[in-house]
Amino acid sequence: MTTSRTPARKRLHLAAHFPGVNNTTVWTDSESRSQIEFDSFEHLARTAERGRFDFFFLAEGLRLREHKGRIHDLDVVGRPESLTVLNALAAVTDRLGLAATVNATFNEPYELARRLATLDHLSAGRAAWNVVTSSDAFTGENFRRGGYLDHADRYTRAAEFVATARELWDSWSEDGTPRPFAHRGQHFDIRGEFTVPRSPQGHPVVIQAGDSPAGRDFAASAADVIFTRHGTLEAGRAFSADVKGRLAAHGRSHNSLKIMPGVTFVLGDTAAEAQEKAHHIRRRQVSPQNALLAAEQIWGTDLSHLDPDGPLPAFDPDPGARLTQGRTRLGDPQEIADRWRALSRAKGLSLRETVIEATGRQSFIGTPETVAAEMDAFVTQDAADGFILVPHLTPGGLDDFVDTVVPLLQERGAFRTEYEGNTLRSHLGLPEPARGRGVEGSTS
Amino acid sequence: MTAHSRPPHLAVALDTPGAPGPFDAAPYVRLARLAERGTLDFVTLGDTFTRPGPDALAVLARVAPHTARVGLVPTVTTTHTEPFHVATAVQTLDWVSRGRAGWQADVSRTPAEAALFGRRPAAPAGALWREAADVADVAGRLWDSWEDDAEIRDAATGRFIDRDKLHHVDFRGTSSTGEPFSVRGPSIVPRPPQGRPVIVVDATEDAARETAAARADVALVRAEDPDTAHAARTELRARAQELGRDPDHLRVLVSLPVELPAAGDAAGLADLLTDWHAAEAADGFHLRPADPERDLGRLVDGTVPALRRRGLLRRAYPGTTLRDHLGLARPAGRYAAVRTGEAS
Ligand SMILES: Cc1cc2nc3c(=O)[nH]c(=O)nc-3n(C[C@H](O)[C@H](O)[C@H](O)COP(=O)(O)O)c2cc1C
Repeated sequence: MTTSRTPARKRLHLAAHFPGVNNTTVWTDSESRSQIEFDSFEHLARTAERGRFDFFFLAEGLRLREHKGRIHDLDVVGRPESLTVLNALAAVTDRLGLAATVNATFNEPYELARRLATLDHLSAGRAAWNVVTSSDAFTGENFRRGGYLDHADRYTRAAEFVATARELWDSWSEDGTPRPFAHRGQHFDIRGEFTVPRSPQGHPVVIQAGDSPAGRDFAASAADVIFTRHGTLEAGRAFSADVKGRLAAHGRSHNSLKIMPGVTFVLGDTAAEAQEKAHHIRRRQVSPQNALLAAEQIWGTDLSHLDPDGPLPAFDPDPGARLTQGRTRLGDPQEIADRWRALSRAKGLSLRETVIEATGRQSFIGTPETVAAEMDAFVTQDAADGFILVPHLTPGGLDDFVDTVVPLLQERGAFRTEYEGNTLRSHLGLPEPARGRGVEGSTS
Repeated sequence: MTAHSRPPHLAVALDTPGAPGPFDAAPYVRLARLAERGTLDFVTLGDTFTRPGPDALAVLARVAPHTARVGLVPTVTTTHTEPFHVATAVQTLDWVSRGRAGWQADVSRTPAEAALFGRRPAAPAGALWREAADVADVAGRLWDSWEDDAEIRDAATGRFIDRDKLHHVDFRGTSSTGEPFSVRGPSIVPRPPQGRPVIVVDATEDAARETAAARADVALVRAEDPDTAHAARTELRARAQELGRDPDHLRVLVSLPVELPAAGDAAGLADLLTDWHAAEAADGFHLRPADPERDLGRLVDGTVPALRRRGLLRRAYPGTTLRDHLGLARPAGRYAAVRTGEAS
């Protein structure tokens, strides 16, 4: 059953991010459970499906973060391998899309295309691949192929990787027999027969996460969904206009790419209560130790002698120093330090309070009514097509949202009340990709 | 220890020989549940990059939530894969199955497989199995790289883990084509329920024997008669001992093709297994049905009850993990031991 609505009503998409290795997760909370046992994944996935979400999302990190030469110990550490967890989740869900982040640099197209096609078959059409490109030598130390790619080559490899995977996914003929493929390009020279027939979605959904111009172009050429960090209305509108503006050059329509920022939310019975809760959560996310660590990342030097409740360092950051490995760089250290100092001066904030203010990414704070309205506005004003929700608690952090915000979104006609199809593509309103040529021959 | 002082272990292959495996989950789920009804130790699912069919580890992960006890042992090859990915995927199968994961390590021999990756040529069997041993070795190190109690969630100091209980493994090995490789570690996945998932190696081929003796928890041998199997078991145990292992920590199973077109054949199979067991051929059997859809039902409804009547098969699982079924202890982490040693 669907509620009646005007056909032009833009509806939003929702995905659930299993909160993991980041400092969003408040693991000190008494409600916080295992980050690794299957029960936790099952709980969050079932909740997302109860809420009729489009998909469940897992991030990836292929090496544990290190800070000052030692393994970072303040945030959640440890997570299972994504595709294996998602195959297991396919057993306990029926409609929910299942999205794995998998690096294009430390994998090979044949093997990964096969694993993704398998997930699509075993889940009856619910697989997605978030293509990431981090390729630093630090991560490479876990791989026999090593950290061998120049920064600039990351996306040429990723683009060729996705194109090659699509050739493999298309390589069986309509009558269900494999046809030989051969791909010869800059990064891959492979040939043979793919062992898996075309999967229920044709191709698993492709998601991209990355923000540079090269990343945006790659997304515009190859992705079905972009996962972004542009969580404010203005930034979202600008990002959306930019990325969607790149689609035409690739012969694609405005609707063929869904923009989904990763967002957090805090709900309360009143606006004031929600703000209070949000503040409380921020203080737990940015412990005194975490505040020092954040400053050390910017200043590039040991600051353990500083009092987190005292002022910011009086000296300037060391521009060359890099204390942290395995984490995306935030921006120019001097510029960030200047911004933090200005903030601290203007509001009279301590180091820890400054970090809390400056690094806050809480997107939606309010009552279920105001959060539903804001999310809806975001989407109707083309700042996004939906959201990837990052709860701060594992695994119950989505329960309230599904119980209170989702019904309000449904009442507004902004979100589905029932799944209308079985595959992730159908949830996202994406057509099944046409069969490529899938023929033998050079494709570079 | 003689092979028949314990009841035999029993495992079954879910592969459909000669046909592409099904691509939907239902048949695998049905078969694995059937095996579990027969209290079999584990099911295996073979894989190569050229066999039409889905990825075996993915299939058994898909099966895990539908089953509660039976061990799940996919083949994952070691030649064209990244050891780090293999280790973390198997480790994750152990998490999603709550301690029922195994891993049949195998090699990719053919130029056809090499061409699918385009990175390295096919290599001789000896080099492939030496590399497989290295991959199994580094996987074991990665599984141990988090001590069991590394996650401390100490709110007072703000530390989620005790970083001193995580270890770089700094493994150095050699690829089948001769290049050195290294893996830094630690794993991204905490130590799994079994400590280390069960490693299975088909030791039929000469080139695989050393790897099986050095790294396997379960070695499979193919043999036409009990004497050949017994000889293979004796040799594997002796080699394991030479390598400094306790041979009683190695289970040797005879891998037998079976075809059960009629119910009577299922009972006949029980007689055959009883005879082989009495001849101390092995620690148990890995049965490879010609047609799992047909044969597995007969096996569970015919062979299993007959073996139970003779006291050769338990009626219930002795524990919850695959190691429990196999009578293999949960290994202590090697780095934890080192650390304690240093401290004392
Ligand atoms: C929202 C978002 C999520 C990301 N998630 C991951 C992740 O889970 N694992 C990973 O290795 N990289 C992740 N990345 C990193 C990107 O793949 C990429 O390496 C990084 O953004 C640098 O690329 P760029 O220069 O195009 O932005 C993420 C990036 C963004 C923007």
